[in-house]
Amino acid sequence: MDLIEKANDEGLRRMLAADPVLVDVVPAAKAIAALDDKRILLHAGPPIDWERMCGPMRGAVAGAAVFEGWVASLGDAEELAASGNMVLHPNHHFDAVGPMTGITTASMPVMVVENRAFGNCAYCTINEGLGKVMRFGGNDAEVIKRLRWLRDVLGPVMGVALRDTGGIALKGLVARGLAMGDEMHQRNVACSGLLLRALAPSLARTAADTSALAEVLAFIGGNDQFFLNIAMAMGKAMMDPVRNIDGCTVVTAMSRNGTDFGIRVSASGDDWFTAPVEMPQGLYFPGFSEADANPDMGDSTIVETIGLGGFAMGAAPAVAGFVGAGAASEAAGYTKMMAEITLRQNPEWTIPAMDYIGVPTGIDIRLVVDTGIAPTINTGIAHKEPGIGQVGAGIVRAPMKCFEDAVRAFAKSIGVA
Amino acid sequence: MPSLEIEALLDEEIIVINIGLPMFARNLDELGIKVIEVDWSPPASGDSELAHLLSRLGT
Repeated sequence: MDLIEKANDEGLRRMLAADPVLVDVVPAAKAIAALDDKRILLHAGPPIDWERMCGPMRGAVAGAAVFEGWVASLGDAEELAASGNMVLHPNHHFDAVGPMTGITTASMPVMVVENRAFGNCAYCTINEGLGKVMRFGGNDAEVIKRLRWLRDVLGPVMGVALRDTGGIALKGLVARGLAMGDEMHQRNVACSGLLLRALAPSLARTAADTSALAEVLAFIGGNDQFFLNIAMAMGKAMMDPVRNIDGCTVVTAMSRNGTDFGIRVSASGDDWFTAPVEMPQGLYFPGFSEADANPDMGDSTIVETIGLGGFAMGAAPAVAGFVGAGAASEAAGYTKMMAEITLRQNPEWTIPAMDYIGVPTGIDIRLVVDTGIAPTINTGIAHKEPGIGQVGAGIVRAPMKCFEDAVRAFAKSIGVA
Repeated sequence: MPSLEIEALLDEEIIVINIGLPMFARNLDELGIKVIEVDWSPPASGDSELAHLLSRLGT
């Protein structure tokens, strides 16, 4: 159908023309004006109310309320949330994304990625590291203390340094990361190192307090997943200009809140197509099993939406073992399978080990439903109880119902029955 | 009566391309016959309503 082909060409053109640049770190309320109001909290995934939230997300909501000083205790925070006096919205509704629970509140620092080809910006909080962290539902004193350090030390230091650089262009950096074995979802070792290398001169030049600088360098250097949140903001900045193209069947967002999985499609703008989220299949840290796991969660699937993560598994065979996807030689198979449901390869993001094919780009809801192949997502696994944290990593499939409903709605919208 | 071409074909080594149920390929494999299996499933996993819509939408 000519309308769809032309619309999808335009969608792909916008995706591939994107120029994402990491430009700043600012308090979330400075980037997202709505957070200036009291007791507004953003979360991962499609819309959800407190009653339907899973354990880790409730834990993170409660921890964030304590962090912001809205209440004195976690118990008070739960009462506040249950009373309806805390306003909950998806990150995606405010140009933002967040990993796992994805909680974003007013004073949390967010990294700013500007898409210079289209003039829009997207935001994501700073990666807290592994273990007991808020993105996995952690909410005790140790978690809150780290968040305060991110707010008071790392965020401001990194923001000043980024402004000094004039911005760090991300497309080329990601291309190098792919060649060095990253897929930007469960492996960000190379890109985290490349980012630090690009940022270090400005950090050294602008940091007034050398002991704070040493802490910042140690934190970034010690966190292999530091770049994940930057890749996510990049993905959001790349995909937002693809929204609202009449006739375009390209997926512009995939996201999960631990209860529902949701997708957005270009032609249907801000509508969500949702289905119950699935349980990741993967490997567990010692002492944990599937019985401990929470269903899939987070806005991080924005990286699969732009052709990275599970779609770029062929670039990162080490990840296949880490997420329990089989032998390293099977990694390329995932990338080839994702090519069945996408419209193009990205010529700027290639996989050397696969004869430099480009990562599969532009998920087409028609191809997903026609082939029966659901997008493959590499993901972390959170404990189902709040406050414990990450217990493993694995692979999960997007529920087919989201895509089937999207196809039906799209067909109806253009008068096809 | 099979045609001469078919008879000649069966005199040579047979390589089968199987599209559909994997069981067919397994049976032939157990008989020592080479089988190339095509990973195929009906459009829209056999949902005729969705398959019809998709055909109208250009897939």
